[in-house]
Amino acid sequence: MIKNYDDLISLASLYKKSLDKQRKKVLICAGTGCVAGGSLRIYEKIKSLVKENSLLVDVDLEKEEGIGVKKSGCHGFCEAGPLVRIEPYNYLYLHVKLEDCEEIVTKTLKEGKPIERLMYNVKGKTYKTQEEIPFYERQTRLVLHNCGHIDAESIQEYIGNGGYKAVAMALNMESMDVCQMVIDSGLRGRGGGGFATGRKWIQVLSQPNHPKYVVCNGDEGDPGAFMDRSIMEGDPHKVIEGMLISGYATGAHEGYIYVRAEYPLAVNRLETAINQALEYGLLGDNILNSGFSFNIHIVQGAGAFVCGEGSALTASIEGERGMPRVKPPRTVEKGLFESPTVLNNVETFANIPIIISKGVEEYKKYGIENNSGTKVFALTGNVVNTGLIEVPMGTTLREVIFDIGGGIPNDRTFKAVQIGGPSGGCLIFDEEHLNIPLSFDSLESVGAMIGSGGMVIMDEDTCMVEVARFFMSFTQRESCGKCIPCREGTKRMLDILEKITVGKGTKDDLELLYEIADTVKNTALCGLGKTAANPVLSTLEYFYDEYLAHVEDKECPAKICKGLARIFIEPSMCKGCTKCGKVCPVGAISGKVKEPHVIDSNKCIKCGACLEACPFKAIKEV
Amino acid sequence: MGGTMIIDGRKVNFKDQKNILSVIRDSGIDLPTFCYHSELSIYGACRMCTVETSKGKIIATCSELPKDGMEIYTNSPRIRKYRKMILELLLSNHDRDCTVCERTGKCQLQNLAKRYGINRIRFDQLIEEKEIDNSSPSIIKNPNKCIKCGDCVMVCDEIQGVGALGFTHRGTEVEIKPAFNKKLSETNCVNCGQCRIVCPTAAITIRNETQKVWDAIYDKNTRVIAQIAPAVRVALGEEFGMKPGEVTIGKIASILRKIGVDEVYDTALSADLTVMEESDEFLDRFSKDENLPLFTSCCPAWVKFVENKYPELTKNISTCKSPQQMFGSVAREVYNKKDKEDGKKTFIVSIMPCTAKKAEAARPEFCHEGVREVDVVLTTQELAIMIKEIGVNFHTIEEEALDMPFGIASGAGIIFGTTGGVTEAVLRRLLRDKFGKEEREIIFNSVRGLEAVKEAVVEVDGKNISVAVVHGLKDADYLVKQIKKGEKYYDLVEVMACKGGCIAGGGQPVPRIITKETRALRAAGLYNIDKTTQIKSSDDNYIVKSIYDHILKENTHILHVK
Repeated sequence: MIKNYDDLISLASLYKKSLDKQRKKVLICAGTGCVAGGSLRIYEKIKSLVKENSLLVDVDLEKEEGIGVKKSGCHGFCEAGPLVRIEPYNYLYLHVKLEDCEEIVTKTLKEGKPIERLMYNVKGKTYKTQEEIPFYERQTRLVLHNCGHIDAESIQEYIGNGGYKAVAMALNMESMDVCQMVIDSGLRGRGGGGFATGRKWIQVLSQPNHPKYVVCNGDEGDPGAFMDRSIMEGDPHKVIEGMLISGYATGAHEGYIYVRAEYPLAVNRLETAINQALEYGLLGDNILNSGFSFNIHIVQGAGAFVCGEGSALTASIEGERGMPRVKPPRTVEKGLFESPTVLNNVETFANIPIIISKGVEEYKKYGIENNSGTKVFALTGNVVNTGLIEVPMGTTLREVIFDIGGGIPNDRTFKAVQIGGPSGGCLIFDEEHLNIPLSFDSLESVGAMIGSGGMVIMDEDTCMVEVARFFMSFTQRESCGKCIPCREGTKRMLDILEKITVGKGTKDDLELLYEIADTVKNTALCGLGKTAANPVLSTLEYFYDEYLAHVEDKECPAKICKGLARIFIEPSMCKGCTKCGKVCPVGAISGKVKEPHVIDSNKCIKCGACLEACPFKAIKEV
Repeated sequence: MGGTMIIDGRKVNFKDQKNILSVIRDSGIDLPTFCYHSELSIYGACRMCTVETSKGKIIATCSELPKDGMEIYTNSPRIRKYRKMILELLLSNHDRDCTVCERTGKCQLQNLAKRYGINRIRFDQLIEEKEIDNSSPSIIKNPNKCIKCGDCVMVCDEIQGVGALGFTHRGTEVEIKPAFNKKLSETNCVNCGQCRIVCPTAAITIRNETQKVWDAIYDKNTRVIAQIAPAVRVALGEEFGMKPGEVTIGKIASILRKIGVDEVYDTALSADLTVMEESDEFLDRFSKDENLPLFTSCCPAWVKFVENKYPELTKNISTCKSPQQMFGSVAREVYNKKDKEDGKKTFIVSIMPCTAKKAEAARPEFCHEGVREVDVVLTTQELAIMIKEIGVNFHTIEEEALDMPFGIASGAGIIFGTTGGVTEAVLRRLLRDKFGKEEREIIFNSVRGLEAVKEAVVEVDGKNISVAVVHGLKDADYLVKQIKKGEKYYDLVEVMACKGGCIAGGGQPVPRIITKETRALRAAGLYNIDKTTQIKSSDDNYIVKSIYDHILKENTHILHVK
C-alpha cells in the first residue's frame, strides 16, 4: 500500500534498482499476434531453461543478479512474430520457434552471443539490435514506450519505470491546472474526432452536477486496427493512470473502461492491473493521501461497431441497446447515466501521463503545430512490414509506408491507402497525397480521416470498387438501423456496388451511388453514418476511371472482380480434347471432338475449372 | 432566451421553443417529420427535418437549439434532394400495396411521398414478407409497413411506462417487436393503443371488427343494440373534417339507425350507475379504512397494468365494472327476457374511443354461460369506416335523439370521457348539499385540465378525503410508487391510461400530430355537453333510479366483478 508521494518515489527507486540488478532481460512478446504464434509456450520454455541454468529474478525480491524473463506487450513488428528481445544487448529475435529456445539460453543468455539467423535480415544485411531495424529506427515510441520493454503484468515494473509518478504530480496540482496543462499540450482525441482533450475536460470540470464519470473507449472495431488493444495489453497501467488523472482533473470518482469482448487478453490484463493498483492504493479511496478517490470498472462490449460511438457506448454501459442518440445534450453535459462524462479513447488516456510527467514544452516537441504528440497506426495490407507503429504527428505517408513499412512486397507498385477504418477514405498514389503530413486537419481536407489509426495499404492488384464494396458491406452490417439514411442508404450503396462488381452496373448507377452517398454523408445521425459513405465518395473521386471500366467496358482493371472476368478458348490452340467440357459444372462449353470448343459466356460462372483442366493452355481469362 | 432567426430569407422571432423545428413550424412552414412528437423525447432518426444553414451545413432541426442570428434554408436544392432520397430509400423497403392499405390517404409516408413528388423508386423492392402479429385482441402489428421511426417504442416506454416494444437486429434488418420474439399478446401490453396513435403508417392498426357487426345487422333474428361512450361524440367528427370537440351524438344516433342498429343508447348512462356504485363503495371502504386508496376501475388498460405490475394492489381497485360492462350487464337483464319473449337474439355493440375495451369485453369474467356482456367493441375509428362505407353525408345528415330508456345521462356521466371526469362525477354526488355552488366549482376545477397529476382535498362529514387524478400510465406508475413508499397518501385515485383520458384513447381518430390542444378541445366538447345538460349529478338521473327500482332490484351485484 503506497501511502503518499514520497512512498511512491522511494518504492519506484527500489524497483528501479531491482530491475537494474537483472543482469539480463528476456522480453517475450505476449501481444495477441505473438500469443497466437505460440509465444506463451516460448515464454514457459525459456523460463524453465533459465531456471535450470541460472536464476530468475522477481523485481520485488532483493535477489542476487539474475535474468528476468517477462511477458511484454506488443513490440509492434507483428509481421515477424513471435518476437523475443534480449537486453542489455537489445537483440531482437524474429519468428522464434520453440526449438530455438535452447540456443537462445545457451548462446545468448549464457555467452552473450547473438544468433544471427533469428535476426532481421534484408538485402544481405543483418540488423542485430532492435533499434537499428528501419521499422523501428524511424519510429518515435512515446505511448508505446513500455510496450515490449516491460513486463505487461507487473505493476512493480511500471512503477520502477516512473509509472504513477504523473498521477502523484497531478494530485499536487489544482484540477483546473491539470486541465490547462492538457489544453496547453495541444493533445487531441486519438479516437478519430481530434477534439481538444483538455477542452473536453474543462467542460466536464465546469459542470455543476455530480456524480461525474470518466469513460475509456476501448471498443476498437475497425477491421485491421489494433492500436488500443496493444496498449491495453502491453501497458494497462498507463491507461489507468491517464484515467486517474482525468478523474482528478474533472471531479469524477468513477471510471469505466469499455472493451470489446473480442479482446479477452486486454480484459484480462486490465483486470490484473486494476487489482494491482487497488492493492497498491493507487485506485480506491484517498489515493496517495490526497483525499481523492477513484475506482475503475471494466465493461465488455458485445461486439457492435457502433458502440464505439460515444452515446451508443454509454447506452451500452447502461445496459440499453447500443444506439447513438441526438446531441445536444453532449456527453460532457449528459453522458453516462445522464451525468457529465469525459469520454476519451485508450490512446488518448495513454498520452496523459506522458504530458504530466514530461511537461508541456517537452511534449510539444513531438508533432507539428495544432497536432502535437505522436500517433499510433496499425499498418496492414500490401506492405512489407505490417504491424504497429508510432510516429510523430506530421510524418508523411511516404515515410510511413516506404521507410517504416518497407514499401510494397513482391515488386508491385503502390496504389492507394485506406485510412481511418471503414469510415475513412481511400487516398490515391500520387506525389500530392504521399507527401501529406498525417494530421487531423490534412486528412480531412482530402476526404479521409485519421480515425483511430488503421492504415490499409493497397497495391496495383487491388480493385477499388471491390474495396468500396468490402467496406460498405461492413458498415451496412454494423449500422444500428436507427436513422433512415444510414440504415437504408448503406444497404442500397452495397447493392449497387455488388451490381457493379458482377458487371451489371450502368453509368446511371454511378450517379445514383453518388447521390445516396452524398445524402448519407450529410444527413445521417451519428459519426458512423456520416462517414459510412467515405470509401464510396473517395473512390468515386480518385478512381472514377475504374468504376467506368466496370460499368462501361465491363472490365475489372485489377482483375479482381470475378463476375467481370471473361473466359474464352483460343481456337488456334484448342485441340478439341473435350476435357474442358467435361469439367464445366454448368455445361457452358460445347464443341465437337477434335474441333475447337467454345464457351457460352452467358452460361459461364467463371469458376475457372476449365482453365485448370486444359492440357494445351488454350483457355484464357481476361 | 429568445431572438431572431432568418428562415428562408424571412426574419422570424423565437421565444422559448425547444428546437429549431418548432420555430420553423410556428412560422407557418410544415417541415416534415416521421419520428418527432413534441411530447416524446427527441429521437432524431428520420432526418426529414434537416435544413441547410447559410454556411452550407446540414442540420437536423429537431435536435438543434435556435440561435439568435442563425440563417437557415428549409428548401434549398440540397435539402430537397436529400429529402427525396430519404423518402425514396424508405419506400424502397416498404410494403407499397397502398391501394389496399388501411392507412391509405392518411399515411404520413404516402402523404410526404406525394408532397415531394416521388413518382419513381429507383431501387428494387427489397422487402421480404414478415409475419403479421395479430395475437392482440386490440391491435394488429404489421412489420411490412413499419418504417422504424421508433414512435411506438417511445410512447410505450416514455408515456405509458410499459415498454412492450423494442428494437431488434441491426441495419436494414432492424425490427420493432417485443423482446424475445414474443407476440404482443404474450407481453405486458395493456392494449391502450397509443402506439397506433403515433404510428405514421399502417404498421400498427386497430383490429377491425366491423364485419361482425354487419353480420349481426344482416341477421333478421338478431336485435342489435349499441352503446356509445362519451368520448366518441367529441372526436368522430374529425374523421369528416370537423374540429376536435364538435359534438356529433345526434348524427351518430341517426347514422347508426341507418346502418341498421335497432336501438342506440348512451354509455354515459351506465357511467351514472358507476358513480352510484363507486361512491358507495368508496364511502364504505373509507369508513372502514380498508384497501385505500381506492383506484378507479373504468380503464381496462390501467386495470391490466396493475395486474401485470402491482398484483398486490388489485384489491385496491374498485370492484365496480366499467361503464361499458355495466351497460352490458343491465342490458342483458332486460333483453334476456325480451329475447325469450320474441325469440330474437340480442347483440350488444359498444362504440368506444378505446382499443383496450376490446380486450376488456373479452375477459372471462364478463362472459356468462357463453354469452358476453358486450358482443363486439368498435372503436371510433371503426365506426368512421362503417359510415364511410354506407356513404351517408356526415355533414347533412339530420340529428336524432338516442333511444329510451338507456338514452338519458347526467353531465357527470358525460364527463367520464376526460381525465378528472370520474372524480368530479363522484364528488358531485358526495358533495351535493354541501358547500355553495361556487365552492363546489372551485373543487371541481382542481381536478380538471391536462396537468399530469391533479390533487384535491375535500371535507365530507367532518373528514378529509384526499383525491388524486392521474392520466398516462408512466405518471400513474410514478404516483403508485410514491404511494407505496408512503411519500403520498390518497383515499381515492382516478387513473386513466391515456394522456387526457378516454378522449385521447387509442381508438380515436388520428390527427397528424396529437397535441395538448387536440385533447383540450375534445375535453371542452364534453364539458360543453355537461353545461347544457339539466341533470348534473348521477343520483338526479331518474333513469338511474328506475334501473335500480325495476331492473336491478336486489341484483346490484351484477354491477361488480366478484
